[in-house]
Amino acid sequence: MEKILDTKYTYTEKKDTRSGFGDGFLEVGKKNKNVVGLCADLIGSLKMGAFQNEFPDRFFQVGISEANMMGLAAGLTIGGKIPYTGTFANFSTGRVYDQIRQSIAYSEKNVKICASHAGLTLGEDGATHQILEDVGMMKMLPNMTVINPCDYNQTKAATIAIADHEGPVYLRFGRPKWPIFTPADQPFEIGKAWKMIEGTDVTIFATGHLVWEAVVAEAMLREEGISVELINIHTIKPLDTAAVLASVAKTGCAVTAEEHQFNGGLGDIIAQTLVRNQPVPQEFIGVDDSFGESGKPEELLEKYGLNAENIVKAAKKAIARK
Amino acid sequence: MEKHSTEQLNAVCSQVRRDILRMVHACQSGHPGASLGCTEFFVALYFDQMKHDSSFNPDGKGEDLFFLSNGHISPVWYSVLSRSGYFDTEELKTFRKINSRLQGHPATEEGLPGIRVASGSLGQGLSVAIGAALAKKINGDDRLVYALMGDGEQQEGQIWEAAMCAPHHKVDNLIASIDVNGQQIDGPTKEIMNLLDLKAKWEAFGWEVIVTENGNEIAQVIKSLEKAKSLLGNGKPVLNLLHTDMGYGVDFMVGTHKWHGVAPNDEQLENALGQLEETLGDY
Ligand SMILES: Cc1ncc(C[n+]2csc(CCOP(=O)(O)OP(=O)(O)O)c2C)c(N)n1
Ligand SMILES: [Mg+2]
Repeated sequence: MEKILDTKYTYTEKKDTRSGFGDGFLEVGKKNKNVVGLCADLIGSLKMGAFQNEFPDRFFQVGISEANMMGLAAGLTIGGKIPYTGTFANFSTGRVYDQIRQSIAYSEKNVKICASHAGLTLGEDGATHQILEDVGMMKMLPNMTVINPCDYNQTKAATIAIADHEGPVYLRFGRPKWPIFTPADQPFEIGKAWKMIEGTDVTIFATGHLVWEAVVAEAMLREEGISVELINIHTIKPLDTAAVLASVAKTGCAVTAEEHQFNGGLGDIIAQTLVRNQPVPQEFIGVDDSFGESGKPEELLEKYGLNAENIVKAAKKAIARK
Repeated sequence: MEKHSTEQLNAVCSQVRRDILRMVHACQSGHPGASLGCTEFFVALYFDQMKHDSSFNPDGKGEDLFFLSNGHISPVWYSVLSRSGYFDTEELKTFRKINSRLQGHPATEEGLPGIRVASGSLGQGLSVAIGAALAKKINGDDRLVYALMGDGEQQEGQIWEAAMCAPHHKVDNLIASIDVNGQQIDGPTKEIMNLLDLKAKWEAFGWEVIVTENGNEIAQVIKSLEKAKSLLGNGKPVLNLLHTDMGYGVDFMVGTHKWHGVAPNDEQLENALGQLEETLGDY
């Protein structure tokens, strides 16, 4: 029998983060009448149907035309609307990078780019759809805010919070059912890291689905007498530099964990922050310069070295390098 | 290549449909709808129309080439490739599973014979096909290039960039087909983003346009492709509006977008297989 771990956060239910987006989208639509929606033939996958039913006049099905959708969204802001665009993360970024760059980021348009099915955990559709470069592309763009929440509740809270933030936002979430381990009524402050667990030996900076893997890793490491500080980096840009530096000042080493390439991801921006201010050993959990493939989410996280066991190994390595 | 009779080709179609259903059932994911709908088209290409070599040379010099732009219908392509000798039918078991060459969407990374470029992100395949057709012209290779797109896929802007480009460069060694099934993920194409008159649009872009009224009747598909060939060589590419029924061959799947990308459960699989004769032996 599998040993039951004493994790500091627990769950009774699993749900997909895209449902957190869909439910948050309906709620923010009720609160703010300027919020409008656009979708490129993926209303079901993005869970945008409830908003569409409630506010048919504020919702536009654009068909399979993502570049067009980004332009439409930019234009809608000129009439004071707050457009939320919905498609898979791959078609929300790489497919339309120049449209975002020119019409949205450079033009400082208040568009919320909502991107589902990010990362390896998309599963069976395979590498054509499993984007692992999106955070890099989006965080390189001046003016862009990049958010990658960890579970249903945090995604819902983020979806609601971004309406009140003036400026372009990239909101990244995923497809699989995932533990709901953060509270339903959490405040969501853009740019403010959340210290989920206090510790002294190593800091794990995790984002997205891998925050749960880090929660599990913390329990495994605690059993071996290692004290872990876990910081949930839901906002990758702007990074909460003060929180990052304060934590490593105490622990003296870092592990970053994300469902993304090493190149361009959370690990990169943390490394840059540390090198500039306070160099300490850092280990990276992410995908090492390769494309993904078809498979079940858990199998893929294992094969590509992104699960709790790998975080445990990385933490020990970081500590040994101190 | 010896010619197969209509009866023999229909027998292949029945087996291919069984393969499609068993593949998506085994991994509980993938896209049966348009795979079933395009079965006659793929069988007509690989078992009747194309000159091709299953020992597979990625360059395809001296061979007819096929490009699948709507990569999500990989099940029908994988089945037809394996049934025409590109790889063992046993490998169909690995579809969409970890460490497989049969990726959810076609890929070249693991070297699956028959695939020359990845597809899955819609809208890109026609441009690649035009490039390959241009290469054939430069090489003095008089074989043809075939491509298939979806009808929902016509909503992508790149399709129309490619549409403008091929006649401009007199790419008259290319036959592109559109699977006109009237469906896409969220519903009927008419409701999602109306395509209006595709024939008039492609003609206005400078293509020879032919219509296959019933793309689920193999004799008709072959006749259309023969006609398409006869129109080539005159400075214009040919566009074939291939009308099909999504989910064709399985009564509860036919004619609806609901089976675009959903796998049957055990009971539904049994029901569906009961409607399709096992002609060449299940893998
Ligand atoms: C660029 C891009 N956008 C969105 C998708 C998601 N997607 C996959 S299939 C599909 C519908 C395609 O419609 P159609 O071409 O008519 O194919 P059919 O549903 O008939 O199989 C969509 C939107 C994608 N694969 N690529
Ligand atoms: Mg269609």
